Amino acid sequence: MKIGVVALQGAFIEHLDLLRRLGVEAVPVRLPADLQDVSGVVLPGGESTTMRKLIHRWGLRDPLLDLATQGAPVFGTCAGMILLSREIVDGDEPVLPLLDVAVKRNAFGRQLDSFEEDLEVPVLGDQPVHAVFIRAPVIERVGPEVDVLARLDDGRPVAVRQRNVIATAFHPELAGETRFHHLLATMAAAFAEPGEGAGRRRHPTRRATGGAETAGTGER
Amino acid sequence: MNVQTSTWATKKGLAQMLKGGVIMDVVTPEHARVAEDAGAVAVMALERVPSDIRAAGGVARMSDPSMIQGIMDAVTIPVMAKARIGHFVEAQVLEALGVDYIDESEVLTPADETHHIDKHAFKVPFVCGCRDLGEALRRIAEGAAMIRTKGEAGTGNIVEAVRHTRALQSGIRALQGKRSDELFTAAKELQAPYELVREVAETGKLPVVNFVAGGIATPADAALAMQLGAEGVFVGSGIFKSEDPARTANAIVQATTHFDDAQVIAEVSKGLGAPMRGIELGAIPEAERLAVRGW
Repeated sequence: MKIGVVALQGAFIEHLDLLRRLGVEAVPVRLPADLQDVSGVVLPGGESTTMRKLIHRWGLRDPLLDLATQGAPVFGTCAGMILLSREIVDGDEPVLPLLDVAVKRNAFGRQLDSFEEDLEVPVLGDQPVHAVFIRAPVIERVGPEVDVLARLDDGRPVAVRQRNVIATAFHPELAGETRFHHLLATMAAAFAEPGEGAGRRRHPTRRATGGAETAGTGER
Repeated sequence: MNVQTSTWATKKGLAQMLKGGVIMDVVTPEHARVAEDAGAVAVMALERVPSDIRAAGGVARMSDPSMIQGIMDAVTIPVMAKARIGHFVEAQVLEALGVDYIDESEVLTPADETHHIDKHAFKVPFVCGCRDLGEALRRIAEGAAMIRTKGEAGTGNIVEAVRHTRALQSGIRALQGKRSDELFTAAKELQAPYELVREVAETGKLPVVNFVAGGIATPADAALAMQLGAEGVFVGSGIFKSEDPARTANAIVQATTHFDDAQVIAEVSKGLGAPMRGIELGAIPEAERLAVRGW
């Protein structure tokens, strides 16, 4: 099982290092051929305007969408979350519209408003997540099929999941937080070898691998 | 819950988000939009690009705040601006404007020939130039959250950037080869704090992100910097002094992403028109060299 980290720009090395520390084979993805045999994808933080251009320029959009539609797990942080959103407030065209959410870029202001905070993320257990927000986006609208994994004190969602797609407005990879990547690796392993553990519990990616068409509905 | 702003993690973290990218010097909102459209990860707002500063002579200072504000309003990517070395009031002004990063820069005329700005005292993060490992670690000790090698700005000549990047990287490698009891003397020789020296010896890298600046004019220049160990590049005069700024900017962005793929670099380098006209370093009198500013 191998996870691809989109390495066009941004903090991709942090994700590669973190996955490798978890014992997961992780490879940088710059061209479509790099997605060969990849069972999960990370879209890192960086500048979403830059990354969107590079994704289009090097033909990564369709292969990434195909992979996600087949059920491979995708995890986006910060700019990665923007790229995964179906709607970007203020008009930018969506890039990989896999999450039925509306996201607002630079929602907290400029760099001086970047912050750190401990967040409750119940699906990851009792221990709070130390979240680093850097010129971060925030989610303004959540579709009916989207689970909110974490909210700010004011109620705005900052971590979401829709089936095999997870996104955070903050950077677990900058704070030594491994649980999101662990979850991604577990989902990627289930996608890579659907038989294993299938009887123990129904994993969301299992449904997706069973029916690519259903998983894709409503996404494109 | 306990919200903390302007922490070391957020200061250093923004530079981490810029990695693998190109930061472009711009002098107008129109330039800034060209840079953003070409895929720049950030822009450096200044009144004149370094080659014009060099040509104009005289004292180069912080840009007019209204000009910086105009650029901040024109783009959604981060905006950086330059303060003179040691001029902490220019830095206070830039912080008040809300710029995303301050470059305490040798491209402007130094305001203090002994002391750099105490960058820990600011909420906004700083990037500083260096020529070697010791200079980098002194700036980090003062609070720089990002480092760039200086090169020789405004020349379109990569030779000094290569010299400084090689000096920095070989300095790091030399530390890695030392026994722990040799690091005390290494710190003395580098004129840098022991704790930072030990950290570099252990990790094999600077504790903050490191870009290359000064003299990049072509996609191959950018890729050279990246292959030598840079985590991203600053391009000053190289874009808006070229024949076709939009295409040159885009090509340098592509070459920075695909820095180790010669096929891609070849493809993006085709038919760009004339790059900026460069200056042979020997033609610049010692007194007009910018990289020697800073201590």
